[in-house]
Amino acid sequence: MVNYIWLFFIVAGFIAAALQGNIELFSEAVFEGAKTGVTICFSLISFMVLWLGLLRIAEDAGLLKKLAILLRPVVRFLFPTIPKDHPAIGYIMSNMSANMLGLNNAATPMGIKAMEELQKINPKKDTASTAMCTLLALNTSSITIIPITIIGIRMANQSMDPFEIVGTTLMATAISTTAAILVDKWYQRKSLRNE
Amino acid sequence: MNGVVTSISLWAIPVFIVFISIYAVAKKVPVYESFVDGAKDGFDTAIKIIPHLVGMMVAISVFRASGAMDLMLGFIQPVLNLIGVPSEVFPLAILRPITGTGSLAFTTDLIKEFGPDSMIGRIASTVQGSTDTTLYVLTVYFGAVGIRKSRYALKVGLISDMVGFAAAIIICFFVFGN
Repeated sequence: MVNYIWLFFIVAGFIAAALQGNIELFSEAVFEGAKTGVTICFSLISFMVLWLGLLRIAEDAGLLKKLAILLRPVVRFLFPTIPKDHPAIGYIMSNMSANMLGLNNAATPMGIKAMEELQKINPKKDTASTAMCTLLALNTSSITIIPITIIGIRMANQSMDPFEIVGTTLMATAISTTAAILVDKWYQRKSLRNE
Repeated sequence: MNGVVTSISLWAIPVFIVFISIYAVAKKVPVYESFVDGAKDGFDTAIKIIPHLVGMMVAISVFRASGAMDLMLGFIQPVLNLIGVPSEVFPLAILRPITGTGSLAFTTDLIKEFGPDSMIGRIASTVQGSTDTTLYVLTVYFGAVGIRKSRYALKVGLISDMVGFAAAIIICFFVFGN
């Protein structure tokens, strides 16, 4: 599906630029996009290095294991294919906690670390495992409890009550996350049956 | 109550860093050495994402800058107006899964133009806060470990985005409507 979306973006962009008789738009956008990709990765470096370091301290102190034990029932339900007491579980839980607190730059390194652990038990190295798909579903639907960025923007624009959207955001998040889990479960069952 | 919400976010990182450091030292972990040891993979991981992210960003950039996205929105908008979706917020449904900065900029514009306490401002705020940039998350998370075949992951992400968008509109009308 990613392949089709990619192709669609490129072809639609080409047609739109050509129709406007302004094909330079296309070439400019290509180089601009490449630059954006590299810039984002470079800004990720500092977060990755920082949070992977802090996570290692938490791991060596046994904190990640504690977190994993505490939330074991949740993990068993969401990730039935991960072996008991696998290190991936601690990272998944720290990723989810960071997401809930709205700490995006911490959530990404934690999620990537969890992916690396999941990759170790993935039989097909170029194909996502079911556990990886579940972790991704949880992250794309976003389980934010405190939408701090948007509250800041509302404050800056003199909202009478910048926080009034916390409740509606929470409800919408709960619904979209439930949808993600249900759809993921459905595909998970389907793929486990086929194996 | 509102003060509490912001303080949790403000305090989370400092408290977390201080807590794990003290806890780890109490457990006789050499904190600085542990940090360096864990942090040394951070650079390589970030660099590994570059090809994936450049590929995705090029396609997204072309789609937006060429005007293709606006054309597509123009086709879909009349349909959505029929079922009562305020047409001003609709571009968010397309922008949100594709680009985080793009959708944040768009939301900010809506809030500036219609006011944060208007229905449009509230819906835009709710949509922005309740879902994440699906394509970006997929590219970065799978890219970092070299996954090229994402199976059904994108479908799950996009379906939950659509559900989240619809839910945000319905909930806002229900909570703030008169």
